[in-house]
Amino acid sequence: METLNNEVSQKANVIESESMVVRFSGDSGDGMQLTGMQFTDTAAMLGNDLSTFPDYPSEIRAPIGTIAGVSGFQVNFGSKEIFTPGDLYDVLVAMNAAALKVDLPRLKKGGVIIANSAGFDKKNLGLANYPPDVNPLEDGSLDNYIVHKMDITKLTKNCLTDSGLGTKEVERSKNMFVLGLLFWMFDKSMDSTIKFITEKFAKKPDIANANIKTLNAGWDYGDNTEIFNTRFKVKAAKLPTGIYRNITGNHATAIGLIAAAEKSGLPLFLGSYPITPATDILHELSKYKANGVKTFQAEDEIAGICSAIGASYTGNLAITTTSGPGMALKTEAIGLATILEIPLVIVNVQRGGPSTGLPTKTEQADLLMAMYGRHGESSIPVIAAASPSDCFNADYEACRIAVEHMTPVILLTDGYIANGSEPWRFPTEDKLKPITVKFLDKPNGAEGVLLPYKRDEKLVRPWIKPGTAGLEHRIGGLEKQDETGNVSYDALNHEKMVHLRAAKIEKIADYIPLAKADTGKDKAKLLVLGWGSTYGAIKTAVRECIAEGGDVAHVHLHNINPFPKNLGEVLKAYDKILIPEMNSGQLLQLIRAKYLVPAIGLSKVQGLPFTTTELKAKIVELLK
Amino acid sequence: MSTTTIEPTSKMTSKDFSSDQDVKWCPGCGDYSILKQVQTVFPDLGIPREQFVFISGIGCSSRFTYYMDTYGMHSIHGRAAAIASGVKASNPDLSVWVVSGDGDALSIGGNHFIHLMRKNFNLNYLVFNNQIYSLTKGQYSPTSEKGKVTKSSPYGSVEEPFNPSELALGAKASFVSRTLDRDPKHMQMVLKRANEFKGTSFVEVYQNCPVFNDEAFFAYSDKETKKEEAIFLEHGKPLIFGHNDEKGIMLDGITPKIVNFKEKNMSPTELWIHDEKDKTKANLISRFFDTLFEGEHFPRPFGVIYADERPVYDEEMTNQIKAVNAKKGKQSLNSILSGDKTWSIN
Repeated sequence: METLNNEVSQKANVIESESMVVRFSGDSGDGMQLTGMQFTDTAAMLGNDLSTFPDYPSEIRAPIGTIAGVSGFQVNFGSKEIFTPGDLYDVLVAMNAAALKVDLPRLKKGGVIIANSAGFDKKNLGLANYPPDVNPLEDGSLDNYIVHKMDITKLTKNCLTDSGLGTKEVERSKNMFVLGLLFWMFDKSMDSTIKFITEKFAKKPDIANANIKTLNAGWDYGDNTEIFNTRFKVKAAKLPTGIYRNITGNHATAIGLIAAAEKSGLPLFLGSYPITPATDILHELSKYKANGVKTFQAEDEIAGICSAIGASYTGNLAITTTSGPGMALKTEAIGLATILEIPLVIVNVQRGGPSTGLPTKTEQADLLMAMYGRHGESSIPVIAAASPSDCFNADYEACRIAVEHMTPVILLTDGYIANGSEPWRFPTEDKLKPITVKFLDKPNGAEGVLLPYKRDEKLVRPWIKPGTAGLEHRIGGLEKQDETGNVSYDALNHEKMVHLRAAKIEKIADYIPLAKADTGKDKAKLLVLGWGSTYGAIKTAVRECIAEGGDVAHVHLHNINPFPKNLGEVLKAYDKILIPEMNSGQLLQLIRAKYLVPAIGLSKVQGLPFTTTELKAKIVELLK
Repeated sequence: MSTTTIEPTSKMTSKDFSSDQDVKWCPGCGDYSILKQVQTVFPDLGIPREQFVFISGIGCSSRFTYYMDTYGMHSIHGRAAAIASGVKASNPDLSVWVVSGDGDALSIGGNHFIHLMRKNFNLNYLVFNNQIYSLTKGQYSPTSEKGKVTKSSPYGSVEEPFNPSELALGAKASFVSRTLDRDPKHMQMVLKRANEFKGTSFVEVYQNCPVFNDEAFFAYSDKETKKEEAIFLEHGKPLIFGHNDEKGIMLDGITPKIVNFKEKNMSPTELWIHDEKDKTKANLISRFFDTLFEGEHFPRPFGVIYADERPVYDEEMTNQIKAVNAKKGKQSLNSILSGDKTWSIN
């Protein structure tokens, strides 16, 4: 491998580029997600900054060859800082006609298409809804692109004739051919993928060998075939020094929970019911049995949160993970946790709604549900993650607030950052903020009386574990008398308790960071105010506009309830405020209502993240 | 047990389990008796008071939690089983008691009920069955008999009721029992058995609602009718009932039959001998409830219908954690944070 890698191809020109976007696109069964992930891992380890965007259908295996079955994986990698998976791609791998049909519109003019001609036979063209007798690979319609067509299926078969594997296994290896070819095109080492294959198929050496052979065949095909006359070189990025790993948002969320459990000294309990796109958090956490992590796959969403409430009651760091429809089912229980005043983190990995909506696509449309979607007056903290790796920070912070302020907390991520990945300069244990937990172990009132709802200076009540002798008491969903926690139907007491619970949440503002410009100055003509996963696209757009002389800045909200204390002041320093959201303007409503500012919304509800281009266009328009 | 006891359990009395809250059930409610029997039995269970946790849902029954001087949570409608699952999974040392009613457990909480039976956490599940919705002032419940006239069924309910013990057995319950509010001794016996049993112990308690469904179960406790209408099961003992203990139940193939064994000069040992571990027979016993076998009306069974221990969820979960930990060892947080593929930028 080393020799091949170091030998600069004699035949091909090498084009250096600051960043490249590659889109792997094929049938759901073509292994495009795995191919993309392998390519990404290698790019990351070789020092590129990057951002990925897996874009797959909700059907596991939609009918083969159809447009509904197209599964894509996009990666933007560069020698500069990368914050988005890229608006348009430089290279499109199309394993069949449907993949080309779906993804061609976002290929740059002059971009490279690598097409598997076996996926462009009459049947596949028909399934992709091309008119009869039209084959885009042959009718000149792709003349503005560089098209490399080859029968990848046949090439794979040829290289595995003696492998002894069945047709199905041989067929399945064809993604490795593509990967080998791409590694050649971008001059990237195959070592990491070979190691991955060897480990994955340790018990099936036939399959491991076949995959490695096909991978090599892909590389050699690039190296030996004259049609490939261009290779690309994307140098390592100048990122801050340190040790990095690649991480998806869901993975970061899972280990954020483990970190918070470890730092707080609490056992970790997850009560969850599988739902796309949140399930990977359950998968990941269930691997950590050796660390005592308890994962409970409940009978439904309600049991997911209720079991977590039970675990929180006994003194665990308790979590439930879900997506929009699941959060709707959990709302009654969130109300219970709110009145009980026990810690709980509800992770909502948002997806397109309402109802089943677009389960595998992204959206930020659960913000108002997180804020207000409960019965009664029940304000609880809402925190949003900005990027895949920020899921770790946001999640850790959600846990800290939950246990230190005795409240359920909603963490919002979404499908885009949950499945997307980026390099992460991960922290070491000692760099993590401490999380302070104290359980009451003796009566806290005068004359040995227990007052379960007596509050401290943060307005927080004590956490009391069942099993503590002498502190037996009852809590419940009925309104409780101030301090004693006994059932009370007293009118004025109810009003007092409603205000106390709300004031407790407001007080959290004293314990969270202030808002400040992420990019740009503290005072400018235009502020782009964002929250959640729009971070990368806004940051890229604002940076580019500033570079082009625009007077614009970017503030990103991590805490949405309560807002940072200084947010009102911050907003006043800008002439205009633009709020881009993947919904119809939900933060927009909150900001306008609270601060009485004429903020302008930019809405996109297509199940897809904003592109930098879209944001720049709006910024430029507002700066005019 | 993870905590120390403040006083030797033997010295506790039923008063130690009464909270300072006024009990607010209607006069004559069967719930008073259940509360009393629980408070009577608890001091002798050998469990420190702080280890008891009551989890209840919503309904008259679920106020129970407030009246026990133990730990407790009065939660939301139907969800007590799910909350209790989390309590027991996260702290298996606690003695967890779920208190629920026929609506709470079998209607809104039906899904949690069946899955709790299947998962078999080591806890006790008391369902106060009064065959009516009381807290909402009198609507038919999932255990109300067909044709029941209530406020929401003025022309009679058209629904078939659940048979709770049959439902529990179908959901793989490992302990299924029935008792009634008007038989304190029997209830105390069943409560003790439930506590001793390792697994989810399902106790159905027939409970009189004097306001909305009065006398629904009096046939099983009134002197006049009790002997004919109720049969009290004991493990290893024949199934005998009747005014003069003259009737027995036998099996003809898989069909239960009532015989007057005294008239026929049969020995009681020839009758059906109750075997708590026989699930097939437990299924038949549970069906005395609503099935006529060859046109015959059978007495209602009380006692432990089925009890056969099998692995419990909380222990299985703990054991799996221990086994994986022994094999792989605890991973340090730093190694979890770094993962196994890293690179350096200098």
